[in-house]
Amino acid sequence: MLRKRHPLQPRYAPYLFLLPNLIIFGVFVLFPALYNFYLSLFRGSSVFSMDFVGLQNYQQLIYQEDLFWRAVKNTLVFVAGDVIATVVLSLAIAMLLNRPLRFRAFFRSAFFYPVLLSPVVVALIWKWILQYQYGALNAVLAQFGLQKVPWLLNTNWSMTWTVAINIWSSVGFYSLILIAGLQSIPSVLYEASAIDGASPREQFWNITLPMLMPTLLVVVILSLIRAFQSFDLIYVLTNGGPGTSTLLIVQYIFRNAFEFRQFGLAAAASFLLAVVLLILTGAQLYLGRRVNDAT
Amino acid sequence: MHKTSRLFLWVALAALLIFNLGASAHAQAPVELRFTWYNDGVEGQVLRGLLDQFEAKNPDIKVVVDTVAFKDLHATLSAQVEVDKGPDLARETEPQRYYGKLLDLTSYLSDPKSFSTVYSAALLNVLAGTQGGITGYPLDFTSSGPFVNVSLFKKANVAIPSDTNAKVSWTEWVEVAKKVRDATGVPYTVAIDRSGHRWFSSVLEYGGTFFDKDGKFTIDTPAFRKAAEMLIGWHKDGLAPLEVWAGGGSGYAAAADFFINQQVPLYYSGSWQVSNFDKVIADKFEWKAVPNPCDVTCTGMPGGGFVIAFKSSQHPKEVARVIDFLTSKDIAGKFAVDSRLLPARLDLAKDGLTYPTRATDLSTFLKAVTLTSDEAFRLQNHPLIQAVNVETRDRLSQVIVGEITLDDAIKKIQAKMDDLQAGKK
Repeated sequence: MLRKRHPLQPRYAPYLFLLPNLIIFGVFVLFPALYNFYLSLFRGSSVFSMDFVGLQNYQQLIYQEDLFWRAVKNTLVFVAGDVIATVVLSLAIAMLLNRPLRFRAFFRSAFFYPVLLSPVVVALIWKWILQYQYGALNAVLAQFGLQKVPWLLNTNWSMTWTVAINIWSSVGFYSLILIAGLQSIPSVLYEASAIDGASPREQFWNITLPMLMPTLLVVVILSLIRAFQSFDLIYVLTNGGPGTSTLLIVQYIFRNAFEFRQFGLAAAASFLLAVVLLILTGAQLYLGRRVNDAT
Repeated sequence: MHKTSRLFLWVALAALLIFNLGASAHAQAPVELRFTWYNDGVEGQVLRGLLDQFEAKNPDIKVVVDTVAFKDLHATLSAQVEVDKGPDLARETEPQRYYGKLLDLTSYLSDPKSFSTVYSAALLNVLAGTQGGITGYPLDFTSSGPFVNVSLFKKANVAIPSDTNAKVSWTEWVEVAKKVRDATGVPYTVAIDRSGHRWFSSVLEYGGTFFDKDGKFTIDTPAFRKAAEMLIGWHKDGLAPLEVWAGGGSGYAAAADFFINQQVPLYYSGSWQVSNFDKVIADKFEWKAVPNPCDVTCTGMPGGGFVIAFKSSQHPKEVARVIDFLTSKDIAGKFAVDSRLLPARLDLAKDGLTYPTRATDLSTFLKAVTLTSDEAFRLQNHPLIQAVNVETRDRLSQVIVGEITLDDAIKKIQAKMDDLQAGKK
C-alpha cells in the first residue's frame, strides 16, 4: 500500500523550517549584497541613471583614492587596537568577576551597564567629557594646574580615545561570554592540578586558556566583525576627524554615497569590505573546527 | 401634506444630506503637501505664519513643514528624492543635486513669464539646470561677510577699524582682534565658518582667480596660497578655534557658537546670520556686521537659498499655487523683512525694504552685494561649486591637523577638479 507523502516528513522538514530564515536572509542580505556588487560596476550621482564602467571604480579606489587607503590604514589600526585590548581586558575582567568577591553582582552589572547604552548616547557622553574648552576631563586637569589637552582635536589622541570608548562600551558583553566559558570548565581539573602542586599561573596557561579557547575564539571573531563595522559611535564622536585621523572604511563608504553621491565608488568599497568580512567569517569557521577537534 | 410633496421633501433632504456629507468629507481632507525646510534663524516661523495665511485662504491645501538641520539636509533629501519619495517642496542651496528629479512648474504657475523679470537670470538658470523650465524660485540672496563683537571692542578700548577706514585688510582685522582678545581674555581672535565658500572670499580678496583662459579650474595661484597660509597660521598660532576646521567630513563645531558665546571678537560668516544673531544674541551684547576685508578686492562670496519642487509630487497644481503665493511681491517682501534676509526678487531689492531691526547690518550686506566681483559670481554659479567647496574644505582641514602639506592639498584639489571636469567621476 502506498503511503501518502506528508510535507513534514523528515526529508523535507528541515528545509521547511529553514525557509523563513532563508527568505529573510535572501531579501535583506543576499540580494542587497549582489545588487551592491552590480552597482559597483556603474558610475553616476543617481542610482537610477548610472553608466557602466566595469571595474573602473575598483581601479580608482586602489590607485587614485588616497582617502580610501587612509581609511584602510585607520581601520586596521582601530581593529587591531580594539580587538587586542577588548580580548585582554574582557578576559581579565571575567577572571576577576568569576572569583568569590564581595559585591560581585554589582561589579558585573557595572561593567555590563555601558553595553545597554546606545552608541550615540555613549558618543555624546564622551564627547562632552573630552570637549577641549569646557569638557569634564580638562576641567579636572585644570583643577590640578595642568594644561588642557585637545583630546579629540589631536590626530593621535583622537584614535586612542575612539578605540578606548569603543572598548568601554562593549567589554562588559564579552566579559559576560567569558564568565560563562570559565564557569563551564570542570573544577576537578583545578583541584587535581592543585594537588599536583601547580601554581595559579601554571593553572592559567595549562588549564584555563586551553579550555577557554573556543569561547575566546568567539569573542575574537565577534569583536573583530564589530570593529570592522563600527560606524554610529565614530560618526557622532569625531565623524572621521580631526582631518581624516579616525576616518574608517565604513565612514568612507557613507561619505562617498551620501555626501558626495559617488554611489558606484561607495558600492565598490563596501564590496571589498564584505569580502574581508567573508574571509574573517571563513577563518572563524575553520579555526573553530580545529579548536573543537583539539579540545 | 400631499404624498408627492412629502416624497419631494424626503428626496431634497436626502440630497442635502449627501451634499453636506460630501462637502464635509472634502473639507476634512485637504491635499497635504510636504515642505522640507532648514533654518538659519527665524525664517521657519515666518514661513509658517505665511503658510497659515495661505491655508486660511485655500482650505483645500495643507502644507506640512518638515524642518531638518542644515548639515543633514543634503543627505536626507538626496536619499528621499533618489527613490522618488521626496517631499513636494524643499528649501535648498544646491538645486543642481536634483537635476532630472525637479518638477517643471511652467504650465501650472499663474504667471510664469513674470519669473524672468523679477528674478536674476543666473539664479533661474541654476534652477533650470540641464532639464530647463521653472523648477522653483530663488528664496533669498546672501553675501558672506564679517561680524564684530562691539561690546568686546569697547571693553578692550580698541576702535573698530572699519568705522574710520572703508578698506581694512585681513591682516589689520586680525591685528586689532588680537588686541581685543588680549585685553578681554577671550580664548580666540578670529573664527570663520568651516566652508570652502566662506574661505574663497579671502582668496578673491587677495586678487585670486579660479579659472584659466579655457574656463578650467586652476587652484595653484599666489592668492590661493596666501589665503591658505593665513587660515593655517590662525590655527597654528591658536588664534582660531581648532574645533571648527579640524572637524572630519561634515562633523565640526559651528563657528557661530564661538561668536554667540562671546569667545571671539571677529567672526566671518554671512548675511543669513543676521536673523539668527538678532534672535539668539538679542541684547546680551552689542554686535554688528562690518564690510568685507579689502586687499586687491573687497568682495564677499554670493549665495542664497532656493525653493524647489519635485517631480515625484502627486499634487503639482497645488504646489504651483503655494509657489504663486510665496513669490507674490507682498509675501516675498514680508518674508524677507520678517526673516531679516536680503530679498531675491530684483524689484524688492531695487525698491528697498524697511527692516524693523538690524537694518544697518542688512544694509552693510546689501552694499557687500554691490561689491561682489564677477569672479565670485562665476565661481558660485559654476556647476562644480559644491565639489570644489567640499574638496577644498576637507583638504585644508587635513593641512591644519598636519596630515598633509599645503602643496599636497593643492595638488589633490587640482586633481579632483581635473577628474570632475573630464567627467571621470
